[in-house]
Amino acid sequence: MRTVRRHNAHLLGIEGMDASDITPFLDLAESYALLSRSRTAPRDVLQGRTVINLFFENSTRTRTSFELAGKRLGADVVNMSVATSSVSKGETLLDTASTLNAMHCDLLVVRHDQSGAPALLSQKVEASVVNAGDGMHEHPTQALLDALTIRRHFGRLDGLTIAICGDVAHSRVVRSNIHLLRAMGSNIRLAGPPTLLPSALGELDGVTLYHDMDEALTGVDVAMCLRVQRERMGGGLVPSAREYFALFGLDRRRLGLAQPNALVMHPGPMNRGIEIASDVADSPQSVISEQVEMGVAVRMAVLDRLSRMQTPS
Amino acid sequence: MTSLVFENVRLIDPASGRDSLGRLVVENGVIVGHDSHEAPKGARVIDGKGAVLCPGLVDMRVTLGEPGSEYRETIQSGAEAAVAGGITSLAVLPDTDPSIDTPSLVHHIRRRGEETGMVALHPYGALTRGCEGKEMAEFGLLKQAGAIAFTDGARALGNAKQMRNILAYSRFLDALIVLHPEEPSLARGGCATGSALAVRLGLPQIPAAAEAMMVTRDLRLAEMTGARVHFAHVSTGEALELIRQAKARNVRVTCDTAPPYFAMTEEDIGDFRTYAKFSPPLRQEQDRQAVFDALADGTIDVVASDHMPADADDKRLPFAHARAGGTGMTTLLGVTLSSGLPIMDALRLLTSAPARLLGLEAGTLAVGRDADLCLFDPNETWTVTAGSMPGCAQNTPFDGRELKGHVLRTFRRGQEVYTTPSLAQGKTA
Repeated sequence: MRTVRRHNAHLLGIEGMDASDITPFLDLAESYALLSRSRTAPRDVLQGRTVINLFFENSTRTRTSFELAGKRLGADVVNMSVATSSVSKGETLLDTASTLNAMHCDLLVVRHDQSGAPALLSQKVEASVVNAGDGMHEHPTQALLDALTIRRHFGRLDGLTIAICGDVAHSRVVRSNIHLLRAMGSNIRLAGPPTLLPSALGELDGVTLYHDMDEALTGVDVAMCLRVQRERMGGGLVPSAREYFALFGLDRRRLGLAQPNALVMHPGPMNRGIEIASDVADSPQSVISEQVEMGVAVRMAVLDRLSRMQTPS
Repeated sequence: MTSLVFENVRLIDPASGRDSLGRLVVENGVIVGHDSHEAPKGARVIDGKGAVLCPGLVDMRVTLGEPGSEYRETIQSGAEAAVAGGITSLAVLPDTDPSIDTPSLVHHIRRRGEETGMVALHPYGALTRGCEGKEMAEFGLLKQAGAIAFTDGARALGNAKQMRNILAYSRFLDALIVLHPEEPSLARGGCATGSALAVRLGLPQIPAAAEAMMVTRDLRLAEMTGARVHFAHVSTGEALELIRQAKARNVRVTCDTAPPYFAMTEEDIGDFRTYAKFSPPLRQEQDRQAVFDALADGTIDVVASDHMPADADDKRLPFAHARAGGTGMTTLLGVTLSSGLPIMDALRLLTSAPARLLGLEAGTLAVGRDADLCLFDPNETWTVTAGSMPGCAQNTPFDGRELKGHVLRTFRRGQEVYTTPSLAQGKTA
């Protein structure tokens, strides 16, 4: 177990974790999901602990999810939004680290537009660092919440076939999901135009690349769409939104190629009519809202477990 | 409907390799048999008197004035020029006004071709929106609409990263990307090949290396992405050698050239003759020879006319300001036959090779295919006369040349769409 260490435990990514590392997070999160629904979450688990949400990149959904998770466990949660400056990010980051150390923060949730920034910070701060998304690298809590959502429906992850469709090249979500789903024994299909689908990913065991959406979706248990940033569809990497939807959009017909009980997932925020048709997003097969709910539960489990792994000071 | 029997014709069908005297029978506009095949009742009999009957030519690089420059040439007048040269299938470039960059325009061009009743028009889709070299065009939707390949015409993309993305994207659609190989920053403002002649005339130059540089870059990008790349109107020995080597290591590359590059040299510019202004520019004799050699050894896959209509005002300008390009459809067969290539090779480069490259069901005399046919006399010569050429545009660079291969009749789906004037008077109904 590389990313979660006994001393000064962090969750920087899924890479390097195996099923025995992942399952305890999912099990604990599942129990928190039930407690959250019954509104009886124990408010004293993180009592007296300080959680700082340090966001160098705009985010409402993830930040709110971490904030709720911390508060449901009784922690003091503080949000810090730091505008990313174009100058010397390394220096700024280290200055921030010493500031946080002086504040005696226990758990630090970090989002940054540069891959590896949370890892750099974790070397300098005394708090446990949770990566809430770094550049195009990893977004481990998203992968955990996706896995939990799938597991709740199928009772397992191994042997399932999961199609992940869209802007794979620029997605940290997909990288974390690939690590996690491979570790849990799922079959992964990645689909998108070649400009958004790095061919190197096809070399991984258990991962198959598709440029034809119909083929990619045939017989899958889960169809997960990724957000395609509008700026990528201006003719640089994809000719237009309408061509993207025509060739890669998840619509009713294409969903019909998947298993009858297949789940529709999306990490949000959605571009309706681009990567996913509105009626599919709102269909009974869609678990997109449930993903958000599981997000809070997973983050409760992550904050809880990391704080328990900390060496008492 | 149209039933025809061609008697006493020399059938040359490069797709099958046939070159022998025989018969060909057409029923309802479709080739139904050869030689001993029974003629349908009431069929019109055409005695070829030993003339060559070959597939209608497939011209893979044609600029028409329509839409946008109808004063230079309409689709109708372009079709007239084509069938007078034995051409029945035209791949038309998209850098018109508006550019062919939306599915509805692709449909429009195809339909306009059908309306002529003479030729099939196969539109290229734009490589970038508006052929402006900025945003990738909608390859997927254009291909679904019937675009045969993608190109920005005579514009080259200078940005290597953008070209990489375009080639990567095109690969999953298996789209053919047709490129004008010329490094744009070296070519900008130039109008003659880099040479002592251009220096003497004081014309801004485009070095021959501008072509080789772009071919080098795009071959590397084609290898990196696995895309299908075709270099249009290749004009230099250096670029051809790069393509020859790339083919030897199985890169998915093809190329064409146009008659000016194996039948003319920069010397034809003479005294600032703007009808000899082309893009790329006419090269020196060693390049012309290299182009011919590459046609002979198969490095060059296709000969296309690179037809580019211009009116007199486009050409009555100082050399550097004049519009580049010449008409070429009516003279395509004659110049190619007069080049010294064996007749079978010449016809392959003009029929089956471009049809196969573009995936068209044309360019063959096979049973079951549309009777798109060209009947020509390989021994009779004719003289190119600017001002009295078929069609509208008269900017032929071959004015005054005597060419082998006189087109007698052209057929599109069995309909006679061109008859040479001397035969037209005695034409049987």
